[in-house]
Amino acid sequence: MSAVNMDMRLYASRKLRNSVMMTLCVAAAGIGLMWLALILGTLLFEGVTGVELKVFTEMTPPPGDSGGLLNAIVGSLFMTVLGTLMGTPIGILAGTYMAEYGRNSKLTTFVRFINDILLSAPSIVIGLFVYTILVAPHIEFAIPMPGNLFGGAINVELGGHFSGLAGAVALAIIVIPVVVRTTEDMLNLVPVHLREAASALGMPRSLVIRHVAYRAARAGIITGVLLAVARISGETAPLLFTALNNQFWSLELNHPLANLPVVIFQYAMSPYEEWQRLAWVGALLITSAVLMLSIFARTLGTQRSKNG
Amino acid sequence: MSGTMLNVGLDAAKLTEQRSRVLRGFAKGDRAFSLTTLIACWTVVIILTGVMVALFRGALPAFQAYGWEFFVSQRWSPPKEIFGGLPAIYGTLITSLIAMAIAMPIGLGIAIFLTETCPMALRKPIGIAVELLAGVPSIIYGIWGLFIFAPFLAEHVNPALVKFFAPIPLLNALFANGSYGTNVLTASLILSIMIIPFISSVSRDVFETVPAVLKEAAYGLGCTTWEVVRKVVIPHTRVGVIGGGMLALGRALGETMAVTFVIGNAHRINPSFLDPGTTISATIANEFTEADPGLYSSTLFALGFILFVITFIVLAAARLMLMRIERRLGN
Repeated sequence: MSAVNMDMRLYASRKLRNSVMMTLCVAAAGIGLMWLALILGTLLFEGVTGVELKVFTEMTPPPGDSGGLLNAIVGSLFMTVLGTLMGTPIGILAGTYMAEYGRNSKLTTFVRFINDILLSAPSIVIGLFVYTILVAPHIEFAIPMPGNLFGGAINVELGGHFSGLAGAVALAIIVIPVVVRTTEDMLNLVPVHLREAASALGMPRSLVIRHVAYRAARAGIITGVLLAVARISGETAPLLFTALNNQFWSLELNHPLANLPVVIFQYAMSPYEEWQRLAWVGALLITSAVLMLSIFARTLGTQRSKNG
Repeated sequence: MSGTMLNVGLDAAKLTEQRSRVLRGFAKGDRAFSLTTLIACWTVVIILTGVMVALFRGALPAFQAYGWEFFVSQRWSPPKEIFGGLPAIYGTLITSLIAMAIAMPIGLGIAIFLTETCPMALRKPIGIAVELLAGVPSIIYGIWGLFIFAPFLAEHVNPALVKFFAPIPLLNALFANGSYGTNVLTASLILSIMIIPFISSVSRDVFETVPAVLKEAAYGLGCTTWEVVRKVVIPHTRVGVIGGGMLALGRALGETMAVTFVIGNAHRINPSFLDPGTTISATIANEFTEADPGLYSSTLFALGFILFVITFIVLAAARLMLMRIERRLGN
């Protein structure tokens, strides 16, 4: 009788512990979702009230004045596009080597390791790195041109000051590891039979990769690029010492370039109410762009897994 | 008769030559393409090496000027060019550790909920929502922390904490003051919100690698869900969970914007978590553009180098652990 009682007690305590722990797990999920709701809710509340036409048509204002975010929006788009254009080809090609030519090779394992480190390396450190190669030194050289094209030579002047180009390079360095990772993963998912079939028809290796493997992995690779774009469009730390900021309209790559993240940083830390309001609007713009990009990338990814 | 034979022979020779020319072209294209991919591969290695070399070169003057004292000195006086790295290093470590202590149980809880008890229909949307949290740019956490979270904590939570811990010796030193909204604890809390999604998504992925047979066997013996998680799932995936945690730690150590907004930027070590402090990344973000070239900016490079070395070690350890799990899956 007492043995049965003890069994029942043990059983009840196990059951109790189980329900306590499972409730805690549900609570954890609730906390996670609560933060998301809180942050997005505040952003919407503070941001939407500030959105007006002026935001998209006027330049960033001087202290205490009113204005918009036009130059920052355009500068951000410009640098994001440029960074993506520079980083994506390198990322895709490196991923191609790792999945196609060097699968299981020592170099691939090594590069995968290095790439993973780069993927999570502090972005502020990447800003410092680009500062030392593109902002601090003053580089001047001439590219000789055949004949009298461009007056015989193109004079290139780089560095010596903050520049949009340096910002774009810093963003490209953040794009590369993201794209390398997804390209390698996606190419590894392409069935070997496809490549073997193409090779059996006499197709050279590089064409097999470009016309068969890339095509099969296209959606996945695009997803990776979109995620990389989402990541860099909110990056602030690497732009602080590269592109810096510019209060005026400019698209010159060799000069400081306005961009949303740094504007948000400066305006939010300022004591001016108008600047703080613009910071919230900028934050809302960036967050909606980033979230839409990542949701779009995800649906692209799941569509693929449904079809495949 | 012999003429046609000759013609056929000539045609064949021409054809062969044509073919070999095309094939040579293909071979050339092949070589060029594979070489390009190889170069791209090495570019990744060169970038990481470049980062390390650039930081070290920038840091060298400061390391030469201060030596090992840099790691223990607390003084920070730009006009006198006296710089000590300890407050920033301490701030980086302590904020990350507090953030991990908060985020680890919550992140694991979410992963357990998603893999074990969550209704199937909700798994995907909740998983995506939590991962969206990971996609929100860190500057958004920063601005939210500065305008909403820090004032809220200063008004409602900090006084309560101070009052609660006041009679407890030792702990009352950790929770003293509390008049500032921007302090070490606020920064740690923001960091913990940021890394929860990393922990939960990595943990969920490794939890899903547990063979269903193992779990079913445990359930068949009469185990409760918690016992299955505690005795089967977690032991089976321990290496992966720790790896995921260290990945998140790497993020927390290097996080800049979210912390810069709310830590208060004070170059001293206060025993209380409710006092302002600073971290390596916040110091660099705040002071680099205004630092004179010379010892001041070199000091910031030195801090960057230290941060990079710390995160490198943490991330490398995380990767090696996660690689072990992947290899086991491969076999």
